[in-house]
Amino acid sequence: MRTKLLASLAAALLFAGAALAQEPIKIGAFLSVTGGAAFLGDPEQKTLELYVEKLNAAGGVLGRKLQLVSYDSAGDAEKARTFAKRLIEQDKVDVLVGGSTTGETMAVVPLAEAAGIPFISLAGAVVIIEPVKKWVFKTPHTDRMACERIFLDMRDRNLQRIGLISGSGGFDKSMRAECLKVAPTYKVQIVADEAYGAGDTDMTAQLTKIKNTAGVQAVLNAGFGAGPAIVTKNFRQLAMNMPLYQSHGVASKEFIKLAGSAAEGVRLPAAAVLVAEQLPADDKQRPVAVAYMKAYEARYKQEISTFGGHAHDGLMLVVEAMKKAKSTDKAKVRDAIEATKGYIGTGGVVNMTPADHMGLDLTHFRMLEVKNGNWVPVK
Amino acid sequence: MSAQLAQYLLGGLTIGAIYALVALGFAIIYNASRVINFAQGEFVMIGGMATVSFANAGLPLAAAVPVAVLAAAAVGLALEKLAVEPARGASVVTLIIITIGASILLRGVATLVWDKNLHALRPFSGDTPIELAGATILPQSLWVLGVTFAVVLLLGWFFGRTLTGKAMLATSHNPLAAQLCGINVRFVLLLSFGLSAALGAVAGILIAPITLTSWDVGVMLGLKGFAAAILGGLGSGVGAVVGGLLLGVAESLGAGYLSSAYKDAIAFVILLAVLFFLPSGLFGRKSAERV
Amino acid sequence: MDWRKPRTGGLALLAAVILLLPLALINNYWYEVAILVGINAIVCVGLNLLIGYAGQISLGHAGFFGLGAYGSAILTARYGWPPAAALVATTAGVALLALVVGRPILRLKGHYLAMATLGMGIIISIVVVTEDRLTGGPDGMSVPAFTLFGIGLAGERTWYWIIGAALLAAVWVALNLIESPAGRALRALHGSEVGAQVSGIDAARVKVGVFVISAVFASLAGSMTAHYSGFITPGKVGFFHSIELVTMVVFGGMASTFGAVLGAATLTLLPQLLTVLKEYEMVVFGAVMIATMVFLPRGFLPSLVLEMKKEKRK
Repeated sequence: MRTKLLASLAAALLFAGAALAQEPIKIGAFLSVTGGAAFLGDPEQKTLELYVEKLNAAGGVLGRKLQLVSYDSAGDAEKARTFAKRLIEQDKVDVLVGGSTTGETMAVVPLAEAAGIPFISLAGAVVIIEPVKKWVFKTPHTDRMACERIFLDMRDRNLQRIGLISGSGGFDKSMRAECLKVAPTYKVQIVADEAYGAGDTDMTAQLTKIKNTAGVQAVLNAGFGAGPAIVTKNFRQLAMNMPLYQSHGVASKEFIKLAGSAAEGVRLPAAAVLVAEQLPADDKQRPVAVAYMKAYEARYKQEISTFGGHAHDGLMLVVEAMKKAKSTDKAKVRDAIEATKGYIGTGGVVNMTPADHMGLDLTHFRMLEVKNGNWVPVK
Repeated sequence: MSAQLAQYLLGGLTIGAIYALVALGFAIIYNASRVINFAQGEFVMIGGMATVSFANAGLPLAAAVPVAVLAAAAVGLALEKLAVEPARGASVVTLIIITIGASILLRGVATLVWDKNLHALRPFSGDTPIELAGATILPQSLWVLGVTFAVVLLLGWFFGRTLTGKAMLATSHNPLAAQLCGINVRFVLLLSFGLSAALGAVAGILIAPITLTSWDVGVMLGLKGFAAAILGGLGSGVGAVVGGLLLGVAESLGAGYLSSAYKDAIAFVILLAVLFFLPSGLFGRKSAERV
Repeated sequence: MDWRKPRTGGLALLAAVILLLPLALINNYWYEVAILVGINAIVCVGLNLLIGYAGQISLGHAGFFGLGAYGSAILTARYGWPPAAALVATTAGVALLALVVGRPILRLKGHYLAMATLGMGIIISIVVVTEDRLTGGPDGMSVPAFTLFGIGLAGERTWYWIIGAALLAAVWVALNLIESPAGRALRALHGSEVGAQVSGIDAARVKVGVFVISAVFASLAGSMTAHYSGFITPGKVGFFHSIELVTMVVFGGMASTFGAVLGAATLTLLPQLLTVLKEYEMVVFGAVMIATMVFLPRGFLPSLVLEMKKEKRK
């Protein structure tokens, strides 16, 4: 009887050992594949799937396959929290990549910190990494950087009095607050400040108020999703003949499709990947950007967006960190992510430090303009 | 009249016309069956999304629109047959849950048939704004107002002059008596759902070029259409139209002069005010409860 | 003691389930699901008094839930109140609101009542979303943990027992209410409002009373959710959550307290199980709602009980 027990125990251990060796590295993701932030989450999901496949086809990471476990949080912070909990407790993932929107990310931050799991967010607001949190990182440029990039462009065009219109989401409100804060540094005066609701389909009232404000020279729309597309359409409808700036929250062909001809002349700051093929041959980002663009478009027959690019960078940062740390131990991976230097992604060149968990600066944040239904770099 | 005011009025009338069409849809179904169809907004969504699909598939707009309307009408008929008819005579709560369940189901199907993204529909005759009294109006808005007007006239003729229409009116006044007169009440019910769905679809198609369409665009439009129907008086066609236009203008003026952040709340505050102080609405019939 | 009566037998069964369930909860995630079920059940038990027994309807109860949650959250996070005081104040506030709003709203009947409660719920959710300086807007706000006499109450296991106890208490209150003279007045009202009034029952007072009680249940559940999660969003305040709650009550069985609990359990678990069928979740949910109303209009539990009684008689 005892021999049988020992034998079965040994067999079990053997199996366990073998199983462990084959156990995949689990990448946990919660993305807004549906809902108001669908044009963020959908390309993010597709990108993660595509690159997990590619990495597995190339032999995996550390000799193990990657497994993507993802849930659709539909832009809802509550759902994001529940799914993140599920990923951590039930699915026992090794790392979290996700949080398409700021709201969803912020809801999950306490969970990641408490559980001690590296979390790379794909959302925009600066509050995600400032104050810096041990386990939380992010790939997109912050909303503050968007404001700064836009104000730089406005200064170049001598636009000093502007109207601000923003939505009600976390990113919208955060970007609005950041723009109000940094405007004086660039000698920009915000003379009108209007807001619209999440499901609003008509912003003519708010734009009319801005239009009738004395001396207004340009309009900045801080937001993402349907709102900016409608603002843009209403803008043309009201024949407002002045420059309109959007944020990198709409850095996707979807925005141009939705806004139609009204999008002509709209400017926004975005990652280089949107104009990958128009980058000069010596641009450091060109190889990564073009490779991503070709891979994504070939597989999905859909135009790329910067959001998919954020997901690509997030995944790659994690994979690189795991390779550097030669382990999937959460603490070691976290340290390796924090030590990332000179990683060239779709968003720019990433140099992280213990104080900076995003690692991007303004240099690779391009100003783009819509011309003939396409993105072109400005100057 | 100041340019700002003119702008608000024009915008308000445009969206008001859409609310009016949705409210008419409610009124017709309510009249025939005393059911509040919570899925009304989904017909609006189906109209817009179907037209986008057909247009993208290559159909010219002039063909895509009627096909989409017919598709929506078919869904309306299916809804009546499969969800409402089996539950005839059920309590108010039951019927409400059924139509709410139907609206969730339709939204779910929409995400499968189409997707969860936003879509734009090409405006019927371009998007160069027209100057009017210092304000600008899109050609699409003129379409919205014009078609709504035509539809209202058409419905007036239908209910007042055709036998089927008069049969529907009779059913709304007293179903039992109508049945006794030989009117096929079940057919009237079916027709009312089909007709309401068509109206909703027309509204959705008209407004899609202005406000973009997606799988969940029907939720708010449906709820505000309700509020308009109640404002005008549940069951009254004239009330639905007047209610819709009034609501649209009130929203626009409220957003412009009071608070743009609370724009959505305006419809529901009006709803509550009407229900508290004038429950039968502007044109509704005062109902007496029989013991 | 008659073990077949709901007050004793049913309550004992519920207590047993709550005591034994942790054996099946393998990790924190499932504890969270159980807590979610418990919270929904508390709201539904209260809502059931209104819908099932008093025969009214409310499509805006998520509004009371949300006010409870945000009230506790704002008082503790923004104004530094002690959580227990915030809870009491919030509950009192919501009760007062329900009292004030209840009178005019409950004069309406049927569809009009449904619409009025709908409007009220939506207005509450719009205010919550718009006043973002207080509430954090659409992306929500974080809530400090609940502390009682300096002891922090946090974590899934602790809250599981708190919510379990609260649910038992809620069910006990509801059952006692139903058996009391007030409860009989309620049921008379449901049968025929005019008839009840003729018999001397102050219909308005009874209706408003039940409305307030159900609002209080919802508010308490909301406050507890806020402290347990450490985070709240307007999602729970909106129209869809109101609909979910009504569906739970109606599915489980109107005029059945345990039906309400069952309904809450089923419809809370359904989306968790349906994540496998990600794409079809809405379709299934909607279909379930329609099918239940068409085929089991009395709700699941009463129909089940009816079937069992029929079997017995055979």
